[in-house]
Amino acid sequence: MEKDNYRTRNFLKYSFIHIVLASVAMTCLFPLFWMLRSSLMTQSTIYTDKNLIPSEIIFENFATAWVQGNFGIYFMNSVIYTVSVVVLIVIIASLAAFAFSRLEFPGKNIIFYMFVLALMIPLPGSFVPLVVLMNKIGLADTRIGYILCMTNVGLSMSILMLKTFFDKMPSDLEDAARIDGCGKLGIWWNVALPLARPAIAVIVIFNSLNVWNEYILAQLLLSNKSLMPLQRGLMVFQGSNINNDPVLMAGLTIAVIPIILIYLAMQKHIIKGLASGAVVG
Amino acid sequence: MPALTFKSSKLLRAQDSFTSFAFVLPALVIFSIFYVYPFFDIFNLSLHEWNGISFKRTFVGFDNFSELGVDKIWWKSVWNAMYITIMALTLQNALAFALALACDREIRMKNFYRVVFFLPPVLSEIVVGLIWRWILNAEMQAGEHIGLLNHWLVQSGLPHLVHEWLSDPETALTCIAVVHCWKGFGWGFIMLLAGLQTIDRQLYEAAKVDGANTLSTFWHVTLPMMVPVILVVVILTVLGSMQAFVLILSMVGQGLVYHTEVPVTRILASMQGVNRFGYACAQGVCFAGILICISIFFKMISDRAKQV
Repeated sequence: MEKDNYRTRNFLKYSFIHIVLASVAMTCLFPLFWMLRSSLMTQSTIYTDKNLIPSEIIFENFATAWVQGNFGIYFMNSVIYTVSVVVLIVIIASLAAFAFSRLEFPGKNIIFYMFVLALMIPLPGSFVPLVVLMNKIGLADTRIGYILCMTNVGLSMSILMLKTFFDKMPSDLEDAARIDGCGKLGIWWNVALPLARPAIAVIVIFNSLNVWNEYILAQLLLSNKSLMPLQRGLMVFQGSNINNDPVLMAGLTIAVIPIILIYLAMQKHIIKGLASGAVVG
Repeated sequence: MPALTFKSSKLLRAQDSFTSFAFVLPALVIFSIFYVYPFFDIFNLSLHEWNGISFKRTFVGFDNFSELGVDKIWWKSVWNAMYITIMALTLQNALAFALALACDREIRMKNFYRVVFFLPPVLSEIVVGLIWRWILNAEMQAGEHIGLLNHWLVQSGLPHLVHEWLSDPETALTCIAVVHCWKGFGWGFIMLLAGLQTIDRQLYEAAKVDGANTLSTFWHVTLPMMVPVILVVVILTVLGSMQAFVLILSMVGQGLVYHTEVPVTRILASMQGVNRFGYACAQGVCFAGILICISIFFKMISDRAKQV
C-alpha cells in the first residue's frame, strides 16, 4: 500500500516535470515551425489561413527568395565569409597559441596578456573608430575588409582556448619530433595541430556560428548588395518596400537551415564546450 | 675558438627568438590594426566634433561628455538596457535554473530537452527578431489579424487583450525583453545544468540521511555549491543583455521614438543618423565605463561570496 502510494506520487512528479519541460520545448520549436509554415503559403492565403498545416502548400517562395530576393547571393557570401574567417582564425590562432605555450621570445607574456585583456574589457562603441579606420585604408565595402574584421573578433578567445589546451598537452611527442629533425613549424603542423583536434573543433563551431549570425559589422562595412551576407540581406529585404511576408519567411528559413544542420550534427561538441567553460569560469 | 662559438650561439639565439616571434606576428598585426588602434582612437575621437567625412576635426575637450551628462534620451536608453537586463536576470535565469534542476536527474528524453532548449541561442538575433515580429504583428488585413498572437487572442475569446504589441511604447520594450529571454534562457540552462552535475551525489545522500527534505537540501547543499556558477551566469547575462541591440533593430527598427532605444542603438544613431562621430565615441566610452563599473561591482560580490 505504502509502496503503491510512493509509486503514484513518483509518477505524478515525473509527469509534472515532463509536462513543464515539454511545454517549454514547444515554445522553443513553435516559432521556427511557424516560420517554415508561413514560407509555404501564398501572399493571399498567408493573411487568412491560420491553420497549423495550411490548406495549400507551395514552394515557389524559396525560388523567388533565392533569385529575385537575392538570397542566393547573400547565401554564397555568408558561406565565403564563414569559411575564410574560420580557416584564418584556426591557422593564425593556433600559430600564436603554440608560440605562447611552447616557444620563447622577448615580450611573450606582455603580448599574451594583451589578448587576454581584450577579452575582459567591454568596448561597445568600438565599431565607430573601426569603421573610420576601414574607410581610411580603403577596406570598407570589400570582402577582405569584412573578413579581417571578423577574424579579429574571434581571435583572442580562440588563442586563449588553444593555449590552455597546448599547456596541458604532454611534450613527449614534440621532443620525439624534434629528435627526428622537425623544426618549429614542422612540430606545429605535424604534432600540435593534429593533437589539438578537439579544441579546434570547438573553435570552428563557435566561430562559424558567430560569423554566420553576425550583423552589425556587415551593416556598417558593406553597402554593396553583392557583398552582403544573409543577416544583412534579411534586413535589407525586410526594410524594402516590397511587402512580401512569405518570401521573407522563406529567406529566414534559408538563413536558419545551415545553422540547424550544423547544430544538430555538432550539438555534443557545442554543449560540452559551453559546459566546460561554465565549470572552469 | 671559444669566443667565436659564443658569438654565433648568441646570434643563433636571436635568430631563434625571431622565428618564434614570427608565429605570433600574424595575430599581433590583425589585433593591433583592428582592436588596439580603434581602442585608442575611440578616446581620441570622443574629444572631437567631427562629421565623419570632412578633413576638419575640431578639438572640443570634454564638451561631448558634458553634453552627454544632460542628454535625457541617452540616460533613458541606459535605463531601457537596465530594464532588459533586470528581466533577463529574473525571468530568464529563474526559468533556466528551474529547468536545469528539473533535468538534473535520471529522466527520459533529457538529451532531447537539452538540444531543443539550446536551439534559440544558436539562431541569430536578426532571425529571432524577424520571426517574433511576424508573430506579434498587429496589422489587420480584411478584418483578420495578421499576427498569430492577436489572432489567437481573438480565437480564445480574449479580444480585449488584442494589442499593438510592438508599436505601443508601453509594451514594446517588454516584448523585446521577453523575446530576449526566450533567446537566452537555453544558454543559462546549459551552464547551470553543467554546474549542477559537478555536485557530488554523496552530498545529497548525506543530506537525506540527516533527514533533510527537498527544500532544505536545495537551500543548504545545492545553492551553496552553485554560487560560483551562478555568479558566472549572472555576470555574463548582465554584460550580454546591456549590450543587446540587434534584436531591437530587427523587431522594431529605429523608428519608435526613444521608447526602445538602448545605448548601442543611440551610438548607431549618433553615427549614422546625425553624423556626429565624436559624440558617438563619447557615448561608447561612457557606456564602457558603466559596464566596467558593473563588472567591478559583481567581482566584489563574488569575492565576498567566496570568503563566506
